[in-house]
Amino acid sequence: MTTTPLSARQIGRRRRNEALRRTWAEFRSHRSGLVGLVVLGGFILVALLAPVLADSDGLSVTRATGGVLEGPSAEFPLGTDDNGRSVLTLLIWGARISLFVGLLATAISMVIGTLVGLTSGFFEGWPGRILFRLTEWFLVIPFLPLALVLASVLGRSLLNIALVIGVASWPGTALLIRSQTLSIKERPYLDRARVLGAGRWHLMSRHVLPNVMPMVFANTTLTVAIAILTETTLSFLGLGDPTRVSWGSMLDDAFTVGAMTTGAWWFIVPPGVCVVLVVLSFTLVGQALEEVVNPRLRRR
Amino acid sequence: MSATLVAAGGSTPTLRRPSYAKYVGGRVLGALGSLAFVLVVNFFLFRVLPGDPARTLGRGRFRTEEQLEAFRATYGLDQPLPQQFLTFLKNTLTGDLGVSLRYRVPVSELILDRLWPTLLLVGTSTLLATIIGIYLGMVSAWNRGKTVDRVWTGSTLTLYSMPEWWLGLLLIATLAVGFGPVPGMFPTGGLHSVDADPGTFGYVLDTAWHLALPVTTLTLAYLADYALIMRSSLLDEIGEDYLVTARAKGLRDLQVRRRHAVPNALLPTTTLVAINLGFVVSGAITIETIFSIPGLGLLATEALSIPDYWVLQGVFLVASAAVILANLLANLLYGLLDPRVRT
Amino acid sequence: MGALLEVRDLTVSYRTNEGPVPALRGVDLTVEAGEVLGVAGESGCGKSTLASTVLRLQPKDATVGGEVLVNGSDVLTLGWGDLRALRWAEASIVFQGALHSLNPVRRIRDQIAEPILVHDPGTSDDEVERRVGELLEQVGLPRARSRAYPHQLSGGQRQRVMIAMALACRPKLVVADEPTTALDVMVQAQILDLLGGLVRDLDLGMVLISHDLSVLSEVCDRVVVMYAGRVVELGAAAEVFDDPLHPYAQALTGAFPRIGDPRARYAPAGLAGDPPDLRTLPDGCSFAPRCPKAVDACRTAEPPLVTPPGAAPGRRAACIRAGEPA
Ligand SMILES: Nc1ncnc2c1ncn2[C@@H]1O[C@H](COP(=O)(O)OP(=O)(O)OP(=O)(O)O)[C@@H](O)[C@H]1O
Ligand SMILES: [Mg+2]
Repeated sequence: MTTTPLSARQIGRRRRNEALRRTWAEFRSHRSGLVGLVVLGGFILVALLAPVLADSDGLSVTRATGGVLEGPSAEFPLGTDDNGRSVLTLLIWGARISLFVGLLATAISMVIGTLVGLTSGFFEGWPGRILFRLTEWFLVIPFLPLALVLASVLGRSLLNIALVIGVASWPGTALLIRSQTLSIKERPYLDRARVLGAGRWHLMSRHVLPNVMPMVFANTTLTVAIAILTETTLSFLGLGDPTRVSWGSMLDDAFTVGAMTTGAWWFIVPPGVCVVLVVLSFTLVGQALEEVVNPRLRRR
Repeated sequence: MSATLVAAGGSTPTLRRPSYAKYVGGRVLGALGSLAFVLVVNFFLFRVLPGDPARTLGRGRFRTEEQLEAFRATYGLDQPLPQQFLTFLKNTLTGDLGVSLRYRVPVSELILDRLWPTLLLVGTSTLLATIIGIYLGMVSAWNRGKTVDRVWTGSTLTLYSMPEWWLGLLLIATLAVGFGPVPGMFPTGGLHSVDADPGTFGYVLDTAWHLALPVTTLTLAYLADYALIMRSSLLDEIGEDYLVTARAKGLRDLQVRRRHAVPNALLPTTTLVAINLGFVVSGAITIETIFSIPGLGLLATEALSIPDYWVLQGVFLVASAAVILANLLANLLYGLLDPRVRT
Repeated sequence: MGALLEVRDLTVSYRTNEGPVPALRGVDLTVEAGEVLGVAGESGCGKSTLASTVLRLQPKDATVGGEVLVNGSDVLTLGWGDLRALRWAEASIVFQGALHSLNPVRRIRDQIAEPILVHDPGTSDDEVERRVGELLEQVGLPRARSRAYPHQLSGGQRQRVMIAMALACRPKLVVADEPTTALDVMVQAQILDLLGGLVRDLDLGMVLISHDLSVLSEVCDRVVVMYAGRVVELGAAAEVFDDPLHPYAQALTGAFPRIGDPRARYAPAGLAGDPPDLRTLPDGCSFAPRCPKAVDACRTAEPPLVTPPGAAPGRRAACIRAGEPA
């Protein structure tokens, strides 16, 4: 049998592919996670294809064609809002905003959380301790009031709302990453690497980070769920970007015009159902991922 | 902090046991640290972030420079920051939280006034959610993988993914307004009927009737958390060896659960309930808004639209203090219940 | 009256996602009153499984066949009420791993008192208190320790608590599952002394489980050696230890030059190969793949447990080459 010797990089790539394949096989055995993934795929597709699925003209208040709060009809499958716009169109375009803000906020939260968590776990001594204290202190600041205050101080824009959610939600991630880092640092092979003269940066980027990443990834998925919920709530309280339609701002409108007292269910139910579906899907996928990367949880 | 054994085996061992008092001391110090941090955050949030605080704080309210100056002087915003911080500290510690821009009364009075509806709403909901949630979590765990478990876990996860105020809106649309064949049975909002006479039994009933929907909403929202945590901590316990020991001793399955599994699984759940108590204000914000209940939450959302900064700052302070207190309570409770933490 | 414990053709198989795991494959043994029976074998050979079936404590995913008679009643078919009455009162278990077998958040007094109150609910508080103190002193712990929590005790002390707990209802039979594993050598010796003394003083019958044959040879009257869920050798303790007949027992005795070398547990010296995978056992003798003396005949049929020619009466071995001159 002849074998061509593989370069280190090829071996690395093979191993990674192999690991990915195994993770996927493991993930596939979680039926609820798979269902969540499919639903999410659907929503992401809708968000991406929004311009194709629904004319963006339908978002304009002045060019609205329907009557005020009309029930579902052939022309407007989900009825119209208080401005005569199609609820379905709003829903499709709202998916973009809700998902975008959720993902952006999560990215911000993850970057801060991972940086703080890694550093506070990796560097013993006072820098780590101070960061850890800081994380604990931030953790007790109630999330929604902080987000409210920040949003009202910073002003209303998509970016700000993502920033607010990200800034308010990083401490949980930081604590998780810190404890992971601490436990990885205890592993014997790190001592070996240290003895062999590996620098801190090398240890951190080559050994600690890759081992923490899967956990970060699972946690990210769960954080997106919370970020989307928060975005919806903040928009509902009128703190969202006034120029964009999101599911939360639709519900804010519905509440303001008293849709629940006039029986205009088509203005209340669909946005809420979308939120629940997306949040639930992210949660299910996140839980499945968590079980894949942390087999100790599998019994549940 | 583990107990140190000096001698092993049959000879008399001496045990150095750090006392509960020391544990409490440490936790109280930690809480005070957090409180100090919250004060600092509070100060910076409202004075440093928005650029010129006078302009943002009084957004659009002042026509002339003089008015602006007068505003600055009243709130001490013309002084250097360290000076401002000291004044802020002194005022906050003496209970002076400023005056509401909208109501023109001291914020502390306003908060005290609005505290009770919130406590009533959140307290009742927490109590109900704890009882029901723990029960559901137990049922799920005992029947892991069976239909009951699937249904309950699925429902709790769905509730967990739901904005609680949306659930409230649905309840208003169906049970308060009436939808299709369902007649409206409950008030759409408020805490009392206008004609209710305080001090009578009818008044109590009237309040209960008004609170039925908001309490149901919050209970459902909280319940998911408790049911999920109870389920998973009970599943953790079910795998433990000491339950086999208990069975070996001749205990009935029911006794094994009641005496060993459930009490031990309740430890993390108790902590969670205590911690969640701290989020009274957060939980109340949206629910009070949609049901127009005059509590702290509604106070906060009303303040948002003005924006009434001193009120927001006051509510934020109370909200944070509540979380810190609840955390402290959770820690103390855990230390009391779980000997492993104490020593 | 018959034996204290009589196990007849006991089979236990665990259902797993990867197929059934036959943990016990037809085990027979007896323990008479006042007798100490040792059970030896490497990790995974089914020792704890055997212990758990004595009080029908095997996990739900286990399928059990055969008979386990405790004082003449078959615990595998007993009604639940009778089974509960039998548990701890007639036979008790010192579980493997004392730390996890004790409830971490209950005082040890309560845990020792619990079976007393379960089996005799009328016992007065004073009586319970007295009895708990007595039991603790019996195992060499001061009465004052009764207020401690498990995590406040050392490993050896916890093991003593487990033993005190096992004696709480004055059973005639105690199954001790690796009571000395994970303890340091000094403490191991203390615990073994304690057990030996209790057997003498209380006239207990005992099943003493260990992976360490030399430990057993000191305390036991008879020993059985298990391999892959079967008894492969059986006889008087001293004889089996000094002159093992089965090649596996020979490897075990050669492998343990001194008490409690933790490494020896997983890789007995002089024994090549890995412990067997119970799901894919070979035809014939399950030890054959690792056996230095294996011949073709070993791979065709599982050898029966019989007294080999020339061996002392009461000795048995499951090896077709046992009894051949070495
Ligand atoms: N609940 C279970 N499900 C599936 N397989 C099991 C289960 N419990 C034990 N086993 C398997 O049964 C076999 C016997 O296990 P057992 O615990 O009786 O071994 P043991 O001799 O006590 O080992 P040790 O010396 O490590 O305690 C092992 O192969 C084990 O993997
Ligand atoms: Mg065992």
